[in-house]
Amino acid sequence: MAGSDAPAFADAPTLSDDDAALVEDLLSGSHRALARVITKIENRTPGYRAIVSALHEHTGGADVIGITGSPGAGKSTLVDKLAAAYRDRGDTVGVIAVDPSSPYTGGAVLGDRIRMGSNVGDMDVFFRSMSARGQLGGLSTATADAVKALDAFGKDVVVLETVGAGQNEVDVVRTADTVAVLVQPGSGDDVQTLKAGILEIGDVFVVNKADMDGAQRTVAELEEMVHRREGGTTGRGAGHHGAASMASTGAGGSPAGHGDGHHDGGHHDGGNHGDGHHASDHAGGSGHGESDARAGDSHDSWTPDVLETVANSGEGVEALIEAFDAHAAYLRESGEIEVTERRRYAAEIRTLVRADVGALATAEIERHGGIDRLAERVRDRETDPYAVAEAIVGPIADCVDEERADDDERDD
Amino acid sequence: MSAEQQERAVRCLVAKVGLDGHDRGAHVIARAFRDAGFEVVYSGLHRAPEDIVQAAVQEDVDVLGISILSGAHNTLVPKVIEGLKEYDAFDDTLVLVGGIIPDEDEDELKELGVAEVFGPGTPMEETIEFIRNNVPERA
Repeated sequence: MAGSDAPAFADAPTLSDDDAALVEDLLSGSHRALARVITKIENRTPGYRAIVSALHEHTGGADVIGITGSPGAGKSTLVDKLAAAYRDRGDTVGVIAVDPSSPYTGGAVLGDRIRMGSNVGDMDVFFRSMSARGQLGGLSTATADAVKALDAFGKDVVVLETVGAGQNEVDVVRTADTVAVLVQPGSGDDVQTLKAGILEIGDVFVVNKADMDGAQRTVAELEEMVHRREGGTTGRGAGHHGAASMASTGAGGSPAGHGDGHHDGGHHDGGNHGDGHHASDHAGGSGHGESDARAGDSHDSWTPDVLETVANSGEGVEALIEAFDAHAAYLRESGEIEVTERRRYAAEIRTLVRADVGALATAEIERHGGIDRLAERVRDRETDPYAVAEAIVGPIADCVDEERADDDERDD
Repeated sequence: MSAEQQERAVRCLVAKVGLDGHDRGAHVIARAFRDAGFEVVYSGLHRAPEDIVQAAVQEDVDVLGISILSGAHNTLVPKVIEGLKEYDAFDDTLVLVGGIIPDEDEDELKELGVAEVFGPGTPMEETIEFIRNNVPERA
């Protein structure tokens, strides 16, 4: 660390020659290079940052879809069928499937590939399993970077699949443009638990195994929940909805069309009244960009569909793809995509900066004899936690101040 | 610049090729590998050699363990190895074969590029140890 010339942020990390060749190969379509880049991202091999940095300008072409749901809901099977359907219409597909790893050994059995029966032998479906290697908060960074690699490679659609078990996984799917939450029938309690956290992030809800008993009830429950979330914003939300439907009329199977169907009359009226000024509201709505609350953003303007699928037979998969397309179209036409992307990159920057500063601090703690020693000294009343924190962070802050001063001098 | 920790894990593909439907062994191996701290991708049953190649390349595994109990190893394994070479992935993949392989075939497979053949009754620790000692170093 000492004496490193802290680069201004215009400078990208430097690529080694080997890595530059690897990036070149990836961009020219080498599967091997793509696979290798994802490995480097996963392992955090030195130099991976420069690689991701170099890939960034080539990204932005893919529709990124996140799929989450409880274990056994049929995610992998559905992803397989989705990939096949995308392939049928000529799109190339990348899949990142995240599986948990053992907290004890770090080992994992990554089983999602078994379900990819419809796409074996088709290299234009690039399927990659990733384990959640105990990366504290870093999992979403790793998966987001892997998605970038697939995007830069030129995949039309990238699907990010994860078990919706905790905050980590929620963070992962939130890096997608469109999020589908998968629910299986008869999971009334499931739907209850979905309320916290997962429900807010769904742009589309899918009741899979819709041929099973209780599917209709689960659909109804979800519909009701979606409406309640809509209802929570009263007239304002409905107004936005009206605006969205104006903006996207003409787009076949437009999201707003679906949404209107779900609405009861009362809401709808409110929306129509408010149309004019809400529409302009939306256009200049940069205020949304600063807010972290995705729920606030999306439910103002997009009513999630509740769809039924039978992943085993492929039933409903076409309609699901239509819903994804509709959401993608909505994001573009409403300008919401800019808000989403800005929020996502903001989160990425924050995560990276925190991780790096955290690493600096950790190194400093080591230099002061390690956290256990410090804790012991606090326990012995030799010092106190605030003093320790000051001793560790103080010099870092001083360095930053010095750099700043130097920079200012140079600028003058 | 970054003091970030590397997080290297050994990645293995446990593969069943061809028409043999016996995967108890493959399952046991997969679990033992997991418990050894490896990341294991299991291919599922009845895969064609090109499917295995696709999986090995995309998953960028360090180790490819092919389980064959059907006796068709002399046709299937060469195809897998050819495929790996086609994708430039052979050199840094440790290819292992498990199952019932006659001695004379074993030599032939090794000549082709199979690193080791593990017959019935091989202690799990031996296989894991072999992998730990022979996993290709990567830049």
